[in-house]
Amino acid sequence: MCLGVPGKVVEINGSMATVDFWGVRRSVCLDIVDEPVAVGDYILNHVGFAIRRIPPESIGETLAYYETLLAERDENDPMAADVLGEIEATTA
Amino acid sequence: MNELQFRNPELARALAHQLEVLMNEIGREVSVMHVCGSHEQAIAKFGLRSLFPKKLNVIMGPGCPVCVTDVPEVDEGVLLAEQPNVEIATYGDMLKVPGTVRSLADAQAAGAKIHIVYGPSQAVEIAKNSDAEIVFFATGFETTAVATAAILLAGPPENFSILSAHKYIPPVMEIVAEMPDTKIEGFLAAGHAAAITGYGVFEEFVERHAQPVVVAGFEPLDILAGLVELVKLVRDGQRRVVNTFPRCVTREGNLAAQEQLWKVFRPVGGRWRGIAHVPNGNLRLRDEFAKWDARKRYTIDLRSLWDFAPPQLANQCICGDIMAGIRNPVDCRLFNKECLPENPVGACMVSNEGTCKIWHLYGGIPDLGVGQAPSPVEAAV
Repeated sequence: MCLGVPGKVVEINGSMATVDFWGVRRSVCLDIVDEPVAVGDYILNHVGFAIRRIPPESIGETLAYYETLLAERDENDPMAADVLGEIEATTA
Repeated sequence: MNELQFRNPELARALAHQLEVLMNEIGREVSVMHVCGSHEQAIAKFGLRSLFPKKLNVIMGPGCPVCVTDVPEVDEGVLLAEQPNVEIATYGDMLKVPGTVRSLADAQAAGAKIHIVYGPSQAVEIAKNSDAEIVFFATGFETTAVATAAILLAGPPENFSILSAHKYIPPVMEIVAEMPDTKIEGFLAAGHAAAITGYGVFEEFVERHAQPVVVAGFEPLDILAGLVELVKLVRDGQRRVVNTFPRCVTREGNLAAQEQLWKVFRPVGGRWRGIAHVPNGNLRLRDEFAKWDARKRYTIDLRSLWDFAPPQLANQCICGDIMAGIRNPVDCRLFNKECLPENPVGACMVSNEGTCKIWHLYGGIPDLGVGQAPSPVEAAV
């Protein structure tokens, strides 16, 4: 539950953002994010809420780590399950 | 160590070497504790224990919110699920957690309606599209509780309420630090929880208990770097909070999230499953939100369960000692025998964040042959 998942903001509508997670687009709530978010920013989503805006300089390494977690998963991998669950936590 | 999985194997080796040097300088066993299921998952997945010096014990504490949800809290969920026209929405891990008599999965098998959700907004969506009363059985630490707070502040529908089993991590660290049997000399704090609360939240703890706290991220290199810093502080006898995850965590934390968290919740004392009564460890709804508080909205009579003795096997479960860092899963006579993920006896075998489940998934003792891991207490003697 602690991992969250990073995604790219592609649209903002009030307190909700459309966020792209490796091609999957979902709605994420911006009510508790730490800094103002604009289209093009990356956020860390936890249980359907952006909990932080990812600073531009850490986007590359953050995405690379999550891609490692997702690429090498088997069905029992708890970290991959956690990350995929965090994407599921958003609303359609 | 699986080098392919490290982005920078040289740096990993260098950090492991630094740990070795520090531990040689200290010249005795050192036990430190992390309080995050994701840290344990990464330690197991990336084989980090094979890189740790033999005398360094890195122990997972009460870092699994599902595991510390107390039996009476599960009972409340079960009894609510069995009330007419009430449906429960909760995280999937909660279903198999044993209550005094029944789990939510048992209630479901007997006809209760349980919705599995991944976040609070989905529970609100279910309520919006239903005539039934939807109770969101909310678990998780402060990072997750802020999301629950936000949906309450956004004004959920009339047929929606919350059964809060949210827990707050800083107070339980105090309990572990004060346990007479524990040999923990420092804590590795979870980066994303600290992103919300700020690392300043640990400053009082450090003062009171003379134990260092290091905030660390979730990548293998983050964990190694955090441990190097922590062991250095132990060596030097320094009581300080050090943030090794500055790309994510500040001293103040996420102030907007904190404001919402404390507007909705107040910290109250309560039991953490198997561990202890933790002053200020439970997050409960403030009176202003009574309308959405399932505990105020419904009569939940736990006395109906008091006549039942806990099942025989549950008496042998040592989850509490494991989460307190006193024993390891392999010290439990049920581990990987009677207690398995398909049929868990204790909550630590239920959740992917539970120590027993993680060790089960990675073959018993991750990266060590069975029998090699000393129990934390023995090791520290």
